[in-house]
Amino acid sequence: MPDQLIFAMEVTLNGLMAGVLYALVALGFVLIYKASGIFNYAQGVMALFAALTLVGIMEGQVPFSHLINAIFGTDVHHFSWSVPALGAILLTMAVMVFLAWAVNKIIFRHLVNQEPIILFMATIGLAYFMEGFGDMMWGSDIKKLDVGLPQGLNMVIDETTYGMFGYGFFIDNLDLIATVIAILLVSVLVIFSQYTKQGRAMRAVADDHQAALSVGVSLNFIWVMVWSLAGFVALVAGIMWGTKSGVQFSLSLIALKALPVLMLGGFTSIPGAIVGGLIIGVGEKLFEFLMGPIVGGATENWFAYVLALIFLVFRPQGLFGEKIIERV
Amino acid sequence: MTQTMQDEGYVTADGRKIGGVMMEMKNITLRFGGVKAITDISFDIRQGEIRAIIGPNGAGKSSMLNVISGFYVPQEGEVFFHGKKRPPMKPFEVARQGIARTFQNIALFEGMTVLDNVMTGRLNYMHTNIVQQAIWGGKAEKEENENREVVEKIIDFLEIQSIRKTPVARLPYGLKKRVELARALAAEPKLLLLDEPMAGMNVEEKEDMSRFILDVNDEFGTTIALIEHDMGVVMDLSDRVVVMDYGKKIGDGTPDEVRNNQAVIDAYLGVSHD
Ligand SMILES: Nc1ncnc2c1ncn2[C@@H]1O[C@H](COP(=O)(O)OP(=O)(O)O)[C@@H](O)[C@H]1O
Ligand SMILES: [Mg+2]
Repeated sequence: MPDQLIFAMEVTLNGLMAGVLYALVALGFVLIYKASGIFNYAQGVMALFAALTLVGIMEGQVPFSHLINAIFGTDVHHFSWSVPALGAILLTMAVMVFLAWAVNKIIFRHLVNQEPIILFMATIGLAYFMEGFGDMMWGSDIKKLDVGLPQGLNMVIDETTYGMFGYGFFIDNLDLIATVIAILLVSVLVIFSQYTKQGRAMRAVADDHQAALSVGVSLNFIWVMVWSLAGFVALVAGIMWGTKSGVQFSLSLIALKALPVLMLGGFTSIPGAIVGGLIIGVGEKLFEFLMGPIVGGATENWFAYVLALIFLVFRPQGLFGEKIIERV
Repeated sequence: MTQTMQDEGYVTADGRKIGGVMMEMKNITLRFGGVKAITDISFDIRQGEIRAIIGPNGAGKSSMLNVISGFYVPQEGEVFFHGKKRPPMKPFEVARQGIARTFQNIALFEGMTVLDNVMTGRLNYMHTNIVQQAIWGGKAEKEENENREVVEKIIDFLEIQSIRKTPVARLPYGLKKRVELARALAAEPKLLLLDEPMAGMNVEEKEDMSRFILDVNDEFGTTIALIEHDMGVVMDLSDRVVVMDYGKKIGDGTPDEVRNNQAVIDAYLGVSHD
């Protein structure tokens, strides 16, 4: 087999793995959009905030330590304990649920029946608030996150492919784990929305508020639940990305990578988010591999957006999105 | 015609026994900014009865139904349900008390099939928790089957078996109205509120719908309050009628009483129907 083809296969595999991570972030958007019609600009910041909180809890960091020290002239940084990863993940989830409740209580329940653009702007405000709040609570330095996920070269794949092609593929264990987790997460979400009472109620709210109320569904409960779910997805994405590249501000920018994924997959489709993520992941890696040397590299910065734009022209509702037909 | 809370009801001409007061509206006033949609209206709905609210367009009929179902909160007045004063309630809380409704402009889940739509009417009969449902334990399965049974019975009853799996968005208007009724019935309500269930239907569809309403009342014993534009239909269906005009109550009684009420003749019958 020609080398070029073998490299391309490796690149494709790596692209698939990266795509899974994009899909994870995109999923958070889709969930909220489906259930409440809100495009949640803050989804990326939520991932950052979740990762910051997780690290902070694990390391026994004192929240708001800068503020406390500035006011009281103290010098506190850490408690004397640290929390094991699983416990810290559960605690972080509790924080995300509280956040969901607060966001609904303080902001969105007052904006029922408002124009989508107003809701969107509210999420922009929320994003910047949470960014600053996260900073104040946990500090702005880059943090290492290690919840015990395996990382580095996967030997099995390396050796198998070496045996087959005389060239070992480099696949990161973390990416493999991310893929498995993403598949699990999506399965659980699909089962949840199709077969449980709360899932049915969620779909009802997404479809028609008045009708949902008339069959006894509490909009507030469902919204808090959906924001909690989005917080959960953000936590998973935050763990994956944070483990990969450290917990830092740029984490919130992965949200921007989710945008082309959504344009491709459609804002209302869970399978769309996944397939869209995979297409973007593979597309951008392959394009860089094939065309990068010709056009001078760094195509990964823009390829996804151009692909999404081209797509938008031909299929504005996305791959799986519902066709939009104006009723006249 | 006045009743007290304690009395035991009456027997209709066709021999149906009507019970005591189930729902009582007392001195309801509802304003939207400067517009008075309802002005100081009182009336009651008795157990087992078909109660109609009629009146010209803009009279405040839908507003009254929305007050009963908790969608609108009146500025003044009190609502009594089963003799107890009802505190201000959200629509979903009212629904959980056993009051189901349909909408004048149809509010269905357009993205779902007929079956799924009707199934949402059972949401408040689903009790097993997320984990039980997710792993599809015996209890969850039993519950699901029970709910499905009720739903299938209602689907048969309303003769919509052939469209069970059809996405609601594809249905014609008349069938949508029927699906909406099915969803409301799936909740096995004590009180069923219908906002113009026959609006926009042809004669045949109207006859079907009238028959369904009578059958629901007869077979399930469901108390029904309905709004209707068509005087003829109302006279055939209802036990007692409230007549509204410009937000005020101008008549209340049996169809015959109402038909012969001069104020009603002037205000309502003089207005052209649409
Ligand atoms: N949500 C609302 N906001 C403002 N005005 C309303 C609202 N609902 C009803 N109204 C007004 O209340 C009056 C009664 O309307 P409605 O109850 O729909 O009458 P009907 O059902 O008898 O045709 C009308 O003047 C209508 O414009
Ligand atoms: Mg009306």
